[in-house]
Amino acid sequence: MPRGESRLIDDARLASRGEPRTGLAVAVWATLKRDLTQLARRRGDVLNPLVFFALVITLFPIGISPDPELLATIAPGLLWVAALLSALLSLDSLFRSDFDDGSLEQLLLAPHPLPMLGLAKVAVHWLLTGLPLALMAPVLGIMLSLPAGSYLMLAVSLALGSASLSLIGAIGAALTVGLSRGGVLLSLLVLPLYIPVLIFGAGAVQASILGDGAAAHLAILGALLALALMLAPWAIAAALRISING
Amino acid sequence: MTLRLQARKLACERDDRWLFEDLDLDIGGGEVVRVEGPNGSGKTTLLKILSGQLADYHGELLWNGEPMRDVRQVFLEGLLYLGHAPGVKVTLTPLENLRWYQALGGGAGGEQACLAALDEFGLAGFEDVPAGQLSAGQQRRVALSRLALSPRPLWVLDEPFTAIDRDGVAALEARLIAHARQGGCVLVTTHHELAASDVLTCIALGQGARDA
Repeated sequence: MPRGESRLIDDARLASRGEPRTGLAVAVWATLKRDLTQLARRRGDVLNPLVFFALVITLFPIGISPDPELLATIAPGLLWVAALLSALLSLDSLFRSDFDDGSLEQLLLAPHPLPMLGLAKVAVHWLLTGLPLALMAPVLGIMLSLPAGSYLMLAVSLALGSASLSLIGAIGAALTVGLSRGGVLLSLLVLPLYIPVLIFGAGAVQASILGDGAAAHLAILGALLALALMLAPWAIAAALRISING
Repeated sequence: MTLRLQARKLACERDDRWLFEDLDLDIGGGEVVRVEGPNGSGKTTLLKILSGQLADYHGELLWNGEPMRDVRQVFLEGLLYLGHAPGVKVTLTPLENLRWYQALGGGAGGEQACLAALDEFGLAGFEDVPAGQLSAGQQRRVALSRLALSPRPLWVLDEPFTAIDRDGVAALEARLIAHARQGGCVLVTTHHELAASDVLTCIALGQGARDA
């Protein structure tokens, strides 16, 4: 039996030694691919935030006034707030299905750093929520008669900012995944942390309308994203551990 | 290098109730250890502690003589855990599910190995059907086919026989015993009677709670 034992353990060692450097990259790539495939098959989950975004923005000219000048002044803030809420809407499902079917447990038991695997899931969330919102925003901007020349800035600021939103939101989603009705709590946890992103994101669009240094706002958005990229993955991993053990 | 999972004075408290106290375990290669006890006696909790998932326990856990906390990475590389929930994504096909586990665990062999594993567990022909359309037993088989996929010395299986048909149960039992004979170690909870074997040992939980 000792002989068999050593063979089995050698096999296991070989399997892990076969791809010592690429192991993590392979796992992260596989997780990315898996989540993208899943969401490609559940298009409703991807479309929900986008439809919500479009609906909210459509209601404002009807509810407030169709006056282009008035709408133009509030457009940057409106677009940003609506995009932020749409992103928030989709956060709850980030880890939910994995938690329900037990694959989150398996993710935690993978012999890889959990922050990196969590980052892969967040990246998918951004790719299928934040990025489409950013691309869609200029179209909705037309409806709010957003001044010409600020459309590109709107898309760029949303693309940058929504990445931070996904990262920060994922911490909240990880913390509340063990609760059956964590949706409201998630919003309460995450919204205060969203405020800096909102201020500088809407500020960037406003600045580009007024014609003064929108770059500074973008730089701060970039700095916020860098900070979130550095810290959030570890917080997400810790939050997932707490949720699973709780 | 040997394979040895030890627990010293293991105790766990849930809701002001001790699930188990002063539990000493010494599990080595070549053993199938069955954890038995009535519902709510802490079988799953014990398995979660022994697979390094729960940290709120008293006592000490050693993997190959070293504290679990220090060698977690090495431990996880040798562990295959199957929980209550099968961990199978219903939107993905069995093949896609298995490919993810293969990539996550660093298993070799690519798609061929996955197809062979699914075939072994009677899922040939279902590789490309979304798992949501499969029966509960078939979904469990998808999860179980990970046993054939990567060579991990320690298997921790929580109720692996759930929803499996009679032939499947016999085949799985044979597989567990074969794994032990190869030098591996299996920790399993089940309400199903395992056939007596020289490699089988039992840990009974919940006597204290019953007697009290």
